[in-house]
Amino acid sequence: MIPSKVRRHLVQNEHLIFEQSSPGKKGYQLPALDVPEVDSVAALGAGNVRAAIEDFPEVSEVEVIRHFTRLSTWNYAIDLGMYPLGSCTMKYNPRINEAVARIEGLAWAHPYQPESLSQGAMEVTERLEQALLEITGLDAITLQPAAGAHGELTGILLVRAFLEAQGSPRKRILTPDSAHGTNPATAGIAGYEVRNIRSNDQGMIDLEELARAVDSDVAALMVTNPNTLGVFEENIVKAADILHAKGAMVYMDGANMNALVGIARPGDFGIDVMHLNLHKTFSTPHGGGGPGGGPVAVRKHLEPFLPVPRLRRLNDALTWDYDRPQSIGKVKAFYGNFGVLVRALAYIYAHGGPGLRNATVDAVLNANYLRHRLRPYFDLPYDRPNMHEVVFSDDRQAAKGVRTGDMAKRLIDYGFHPYTVSFPLIVHGALMIEPTETESKRELDQFVEAMIAIASEVDDEPQTVLTAPHMTRTTKVDEVTAARKPIVRWRPA
Amino acid sequence: MLAACGLRSANELFDQVPAAARIDHALNIAPGLSEYEIADTFRALAAKNAVGYASFLGAGVYSHYRPVVVDTIVSRGEFLTSYTPYQSEISQGTLTTIFEFQTMICQLTGMDVANASMYDGSTAVPETAMMAVRVTKRHRILVARSVHPEYRDVLRTYAKNQGLPVDEFGYDDESGKVDLGDLDAKLTRETACVIIQSPNFFGIVEDTNAIAERAHAHGALLVYTFAEAVSLGLLEPPRAADIVAGELQSYAISPSYGGPFAGIMAAKEQFIRQLPGRLVGETKDTNGNRAFCLTLATREQHIRREKATSNICTNQALIALMATVFMELYGKQGLRELATQNLAKSRYLASKLKPRFNGPSFNEFVAIAPGADEINRRLLERKIIGGLPLARFYPELAGTMLLCATEMTKRADMDTLAEVFNS
Amino acid sequence: MNYPEKYRYTKEHEWVALEDGIATIGITHHAQSELGDIVYVDLPKPGASVEKGKTFGSVESVKAVSDIYAPVGGEVTEANDLLATKPEKLNEDPHGAAWLIRVRASNPEEFPHLMDAAEYQTYVGAES
Ligand SMILES: Cc1ncc(COP(=O)(O)O)c(C=O)c1O
Repeated sequence: MIPSKVRRHLVQNEHLIFEQSSPGKKGYQLPALDVPEVDSVAALGAGNVRAAIEDFPEVSEVEVIRHFTRLSTWNYAIDLGMYPLGSCTMKYNPRINEAVARIEGLAWAHPYQPESLSQGAMEVTERLEQALLEITGLDAITLQPAAGAHGELTGILLVRAFLEAQGSPRKRILTPDSAHGTNPATAGIAGYEVRNIRSNDQGMIDLEELARAVDSDVAALMVTNPNTLGVFEENIVKAADILHAKGAMVYMDGANMNALVGIARPGDFGIDVMHLNLHKTFSTPHGGGGPGGGPVAVRKHLEPFLPVPRLRRLNDALTWDYDRPQSIGKVKAFYGNFGVLVRALAYIYAHGGPGLRNATVDAVLNANYLRHRLRPYFDLPYDRPNMHEVVFSDDRQAAKGVRTGDMAKRLIDYGFHPYTVSFPLIVHGALMIEPTETESKRELDQFVEAMIAIASEVDDEPQTVLTAPHMTRTTKVDEVTAARKPIVRWRPA
Repeated sequence: MLAACGLRSANELFDQVPAAARIDHALNIAPGLSEYEIADTFRALAAKNAVGYASFLGAGVYSHYRPVVVDTIVSRGEFLTSYTPYQSEISQGTLTTIFEFQTMICQLTGMDVANASMYDGSTAVPETAMMAVRVTKRHRILVARSVHPEYRDVLRTYAKNQGLPVDEFGYDDESGKVDLGDLDAKLTRETACVIIQSPNFFGIVEDTNAIAERAHAHGALLVYTFAEAVSLGLLEPPRAADIVAGELQSYAISPSYGGPFAGIMAAKEQFIRQLPGRLVGETKDTNGNRAFCLTLATREQHIRREKATSNICTNQALIALMATVFMELYGKQGLRELATQNLAKSRYLASKLKPRFNGPSFNEFVAIAPGADEINRRLLERKIIGGLPLARFYPELAGTMLLCATEMTKRADMDTLAEVFNS
Repeated sequence: MNYPEKYRYTKEHEWVALEDGIATIGITHHAQSELGDIVYVDLPKPGASVEKGKTFGSVESVKAVSDIYAPVGGEVTEANDLLATKPEKLNEDPHGAAWLIRVRASNPEEFPHLMDAAEYQTYVGAES
């Protein structure tokens, strides 16, 4: 019944490293000291020197290799197959990106080494800035933010600084009810109150509701476009006009920019400020949760407020400019997640302008294909052409007592990572599916087969779905006990 | 596939995008390059950076050897190309490594709980301040001037918009440690936390207990930060602190022109629900086997939205994994031996120069260096990148520079540097 | 479900019982079942004051947080310690042992304006 993609095989068991430790084992070598030894107690004072680190591991190099290799086999990964997490954009992470990021002159560049000896690193930054400005159609950009949420904070602080310079930072940020959690959380950290804007029955910004909400206390609207339903906000230009008329701005969460590269530019549809997720649209690896890159691009009027330092070209040499009196200051030490920037630029080079557009077309085609193939089996609350992702609801299956989270777990048994569960919040019981351009028709068809099989299991043997996964080495995990009695570190028995 | 979608051409996919919003030209980005051309392009760019220089720069980014095993492991696709481990049944690999990470951070810092990572040290610092504000319900932040200047800059950026005044207190002109008198004078009933760094930006080890007593006497929390994680192998852990934040770049994370690095945040048990970021907890699966999962997620943005402890979502997981592998390779003995070597190297260098401060230093120190820029220029001729002239961040310390020596610093280079300094 | 006759109820699914000017406040069976497995309860300390209609604490499941609103205002005299170590009691006995706080009601005459058991039963019937 479980189709062709998976079958069982042996997986090694593995204890925590602390449980394998034995005194005196080591996995490192240091060179012989070429200077006189120093007695640490004499040098630092007895009160400053610690006793041995209690219960710290002591293992050999091969034990370390086996430990992590065994653990790694307990993970699913893009390298194993389709990873259709909506909003997360799990596309293939090209290995050339990894190789170039490790070239010595880039990987070992110290942020404080002289500018004359950093021109290569600065040029990487400059070239990426130029490419991203071309892609977004905006006027200026900072590459410093470390991830999407950090970019959001930077962007909202830019809005705040601009408004403050005009007299008042204002009080409120508007977010649609379909927004990602980082949007309201960011607004809070930037010192704003948040007002939720109800979407219309199409799942889009409701222009009337928006017009009612926008007054002189509103600093900005944070909008994701395409929105979290994977649909282009067709009234984005009118929405921007409503905000601009009241002196407010439009912040675009660019997490879904992979649907627009080469097709539409936020700078052309009224956006004042936005972030990009290099770890989504530009293929830098998610690495089990990070790192990322969250460049923020702005229209000209926000440029004076961008974080320091700004890259400038002076007489053929690049320099960091700290003399920016209106800047919001620093959002992160040094110049951003440079190693991530290198990877993103390599991705842009590999694709080139035409290739970037093709990637967008393929991603959107893949998502529409899934919508057409799956709509006979799952409820589609907002039934309309989508961009890079499609959101179904568990309406039909819930009637049988099976929810989106249950089907997600069952999908694991079929050899796929689950889709995004229960987001966006405006869809009750959401199944949010994003294939990306990475997937071939063959992989997509296997996924469709798996989803159809699950839909029929819900009809015929719901218990199988409710108790999934069955094929994994770890069966369903008790998250309730984990939260009631948190054990967040190992301790010796 | 187009036919299955009822479309005739791929362009129809974009009919939903209004014409006014559509781009009217092909992107002005050159066509794609082959793998060889990409490698070649970046090699040429890298060659414009310093290659083949000995360096004495530290100041928050340190040159430490990266055991090759680290890249072997983080290059495995199962770690590199997986997402945040929300689906625990197929993420036990990542979850287990994070649990080990959290445990080792606690063992090193003397704290009870540690999260799965922050962006870096500089952004972890304002998160500690916001956390202290939530815990104490007070709103003034007191930070030592000897905390990394860029960390303080980031702190100010975050704090300003939340109406949290940031006051600074000074350092002792002789020892380079915090000026306890100035701290006493500035502590008030409104102080939410006192933030120090140790070893501080000048490389000097602070008297954490004395500072903690003062902070606690005023009902404020003590936040201990570090930029040089190798120090944790040798220094007394900051058990008197309430929150610890720091930077793990020294643990097998290449300098990479300033990032990506990995920040940590750890705290006493009673503050666990105020901690930002992801946390992994131990539990069981339905078969009774040990299993791990993300836990206490109600603190986070995807659930608590505008009331979340932080807006952080993506963190630095893969970089934290580098540090995890490093910690396990070096282990109990290795971290101590490594730290001891760093101390010896730096003390050797200090013995040939004139240290500006007399407090105990770890692997970097401030040297008196009249005409610091000129000294650095002459060092470059000898293929040596000298120290960081401090006038840039501390005008009163003009004519000094911050120098760092690690296990990778060769005695011959230190001798050359001293020769140029003293000539 | 039988909702105790002697309690009064709110639209936000709290119950309150009044005795000698002391109001005991809890959440309803309906509320706990909507939340699912409760993992944490955040309550004010004795001495704190709560305001009618304002939130005074929260109840958490693994993936949701729900604010609790005060049906009556006054000073907190007691918080239920049991819930600090056994939040699951709130799933098991929401109308009994798992009460949340006791409040010296500053305005006991507010009490009759809340829904009675029959009204609440109709209300949750209508809501679900
Ligand atoms: C729509 C949306 N906005 C914002 C974010 C936050 O980005 P990051 O995780 O890089 O901080 C995400 C991703 O998690 C997202 O999907």
